[in-house]
This record gives sequence, C-alpha cells and structure tokens, in this order.
Amino acid sequence: MAGQAAAQATASPFVDIADVALTYGGAAAKGGGTLALEHCTLGVGKGEFVAVVGPSGCGKSTLLKLVSGLHPPSAGRVAVDGEAVTRPLKIVGMAFQNPIMLPWRTTLANVLLPLEIVEPHRSRFRRERAAYAERARRLLATVNLAGFEERFPWQLSGGMQQRASLCRALIHEPELLLLDEPFAALDAFTREELWDVLQALWLERRFTCVLVTHDLREAVYLADRVVVISNRPGRVVMEQAVGLPRPRRLANAWDRDFVDLVHVLRDKISEVRQAA
Amino acid sequence: MGTFWRFLRSPAFAPWLITAGLLLVWEAYCRLLDVSPFVLPAPTTIAHSMVRFWPAIWINAEQTLFTTVAGFALAVGFGLALGVAIGASPWLYQALYPLLIGFNAIPKVALVPVLIVWVGIGTIPAIITAFSISFFPIVVNVATGVATVEPELRDVLRSLGARQRDILVKVAIPRSLPYFFASLKIAITLAFVGSVISETVAANRGIGYLMVKDAGENVPRMFAALILVAVLAVVMYGVAALVERRFTHWATRGVDQAGGTTGF
Repeated sequence: MAGQAAAQATASPFVDIADVALTYGGAAAKGGGTLALEHCTLGVGKGEFVAVVGPSGCGKSTLLKLVSGLHPPSAGRVAVDGEAVTRPLKIVGMAFQNPIMLPWRTTLANVLLPLEIVEPHRSRFRRERAAYAERARRLLATVNLAGFEERFPWQLSGGMQQRASLCRALIHEPELLLLDEPFAALDAFTREELWDVLQALWLERRFTCVLVTHDLREAVYLADRVVVISNRPGRVVMEQAVGLPRPRRLANAWDRDFVDLVHVLRDKISEVRQAA
Repeated sequence: MGTFWRFLRSPAFAPWLITAGLLLVWEAYCRLLDVSPFVLPAPTTIAHSMVRFWPAIWINAEQTLFTTVAGFALAVGFGLALGVAIGASPWLYQALYPLLIGFNAIPKVALVPVLIVWVGIGTIPAIITAFSISFFPIVVNVATGVATVEPELRDVLRSLGARQRDILVKVAIPRSLPYFFASLKIAITLAFVGSVISETVAANRGIGYLMVKDAGENVPRMFAALILVAVLAVVMYGVAALVERRFTHWATRGVDQAGGTTGF
C-alpha cells in the first residue's frame, strides 16, 4: 500500500514541492531576513500520509504554509494537484498544536465554522443547516465526542478540544490535511489515543495528509513515509518508507521493526543536529 | 445566625460594609470636631438636604443623566466603528493612533470654551464633552480585540477562502466583545465627568451648574448633588457590568467558580 503510494508519488505527486527556498523578512539578496528553506524538494502522493520531522526551527511549519498557499515561496515551485499554488488553497484542512476553538461557540458550531466560509457549502449553509449539523454530529461521534456537541470548548479537556479541532479541519472533506504538531501539547496517553483517532479517520477517508511533528514514534505510527528535514535552511535529507501493516496498534509500537525505524530516524536527526 | 454571619462576611456585602463605615467615620469627624457645614457637611446633613431640595436636585440630575447617556451612546457607536476599522487595518492604525492619543491628552475642560463659541451653551456642549472624553477607551479596547486574532486561526480561515470581512464578522468582532464591554464600564463613568465639566462652565441646568451655583451659598446641597452623580455613575456602571455578563459569559468563564471557592 505504501509502495503503491510511493509509485504514484514518482509519477505525478499530488503535492509537488520543487527546489523551493523561502526567506522571511526581506530578500536574501539584500542580506537581511532568515532563510528558512533552501533547495527543498518533496513530493506527496494522493492519499499518502507523510510525516515531516527535524530539529526545532528547521522550517517544518514553513513547509505547511507553502503547501497551503498562505505564504509564497521566494524561489522554486509549489504545486498541488497539478496546479501551481499562488493563493490560499480551498481543498485544505488545517490543525495546529493550539486547538484555537472559538470560546463563544459551542463545539458543534465550532466544527461547522468552515462550512460557513468555504464554497459551495457557504451559499447552502442557511438552507441546509440541519443536514450540515447532522454531518458534524456524525463526525464528532467518530472521534468519541458524541454528547459534547452543545458544550463550549472551554468545558472540554485538552484532548477533547484537539479532537474537535480535527473535526473542524475535516468537516468540509478536504483532499489535503495539514497538521502542525497537533498533539504536541497533550499528555502521552491522550496523545497515543489521538494517534488512533487520526489513523481511523485517515483509513476511512484516505485524504492526503502532511503531519509535522517532533515525536518520532508518532511519525512512524501514523505515516506511510517519514521525511527528515535538515537544520535551517531546511531541506530534505532523508526519506524513510514505513512499510508496517495497517491498522497499526499501540501494542505493536514496541515491536522490533517499529523501534528499529524510530532509531534510524533518531540517528539521522542527531547527525543533522551535529552538523549545525 | 450562621448564614447571616456568612453573608456579612461575603464579598457581596463588602461594598455596603465599607461604604457604611466610611460614612460613619465622616459623620463622627464632623460631629466631634464640630466642622462647619460650609466646609464639610456631615452625611446626615447632606441626606437632609437631599430630601429637602429633592425636586431642584432631580431636575438638574435628569439633565446630567440625559446628556451623559446621549454622549455615551454616541461614543459607543463611534468607538465601535473606529475601533473595528483601526483594529482591522494596520495602515489606519498607524495613521490615526498619534492623532487619537493627542486628542485624548487635551484636557476636556479646555474644549468647553471652544464649544461655547461653536454651539453655544446648554445640552449640546455637554453631550459633546461627554462623548469626546468617553470614546477613547472604547476605540482602543475594540481595536485591541480585533487586532489580536490568533495568527493560526487567521490561517485556518484564509485557507478556507475567507475574506477579510468573514474574519471580521465570524471571529474578530465577537472576540473583541469582552474588550468592548470592559471599556463601556470605564467610558460610562468618564461620560459623567465630561457632562458635569461642561455644565459647570456652559449650562443653565444640570448637576455641574447646580454645584457651581451652590458653592458659596448652599454647600450641603452641593454635596448632595455630588453624591447623586456618584450614585448615578455606580448604577450605570452596574448596568454596563450586567450587559457584559449577559453577552460575554464565555469570557468570564471560571471566574464564577473561583468566586465560589474563595468566598467562604
């Protein structure tokens, strides 16, 4: 399965990052600004789950901004689904370390927010509110939040808020899900619980997913392929396929082949950090 | 007895306790040192004067209340609109901020003579003064609320194709409401200051006018008028606080519980 996705990636990657550079705060030519990424090339196949790991400050989050079209590259080309990304994409769902739910809306209304904004749902929203609410309820139920729809986000635990945040990222059925360390602020048990929630959602819907994380076990547990980024300026220094069968189980997360993969990644990152 | 004692010690009763204590000390000071009522009338003297001159005081208080509320209402409308505009546009923010700060620094007493030249005396200059002194905190607070939308949330919305207006309506304005209501509590008390200032110089009616008139002759009535303004301001503040609780219960989450645990 992972092999198939990789084959697709070589043919015509769904997300195609080609020799991209990004400088924050002014052009590099003028000597100012921070070079976040340089000569960065990465392809993600349709329906593939890719995890991006690397030392902190290496430009992992920047990569997501490029893919989503929130930030244009300083050099190189970013394309999604065959088209160059020149403005924010609308087929994208995003979730961050901070769930940033709106405290004046109930959990259900928070999950519905994207539908009030993105077309074609936007123009239908008023008429079909009941149907959309039902859809949001079903999605909340799949992440075990049934019964919490009318609660306010601040009445939920951190893990529950993050689950609701995932629902908000997925409610408009995006083809591409971008996750920026979504579980980093959670305790270890909740985090592992949410790995399974995310895996189940992905197995059911098969969206393309790019997960930025600094948790190597999380990367191996969830991804088809793990990409290691170097120290700033970031560039891809290693791509490691994860051939473990799915659905993966927490019980297997201490098996030999799983742990070996984590060690390979860990060694590479240590090497990259030394180089700095 | 237990519950009554607990009530006496509760935070809800504290302001009454302290106010009563203050009045008691005041009364004692006036009586024991035999202070002349033309310098500092005792609370009982003021109360007596309040009852005796109630019709005259109330006519003036009504005027002050009207100009204050009118000026405050203008400040709310103007402050909201300008605050949202400044908060949403960094360019406008940069362009107008020095001007706003400069205007706010002008003592509003100095504005009244100008207003007399422009619009004469009476109700209008009082409303304008109340407005000009009370809109600033509203503008600043609303602008802060609008400008500090979490960048990640902005990204989420922009990646969905949200326009600037969507972000304003769905996120920025609702999230600025607690800031807005907090500023109302400041603005309403400032509005009283503005209208009374104007009335002391440019009016034939109102608490400010009455106080200047009474300064040399009827000091107890002057104090009665002063205290009535304070009471009105506290009442209006209470109304603003009530509205705040009603509309932004989500922003004061946890405060109620916290009050419950620290109260005995």
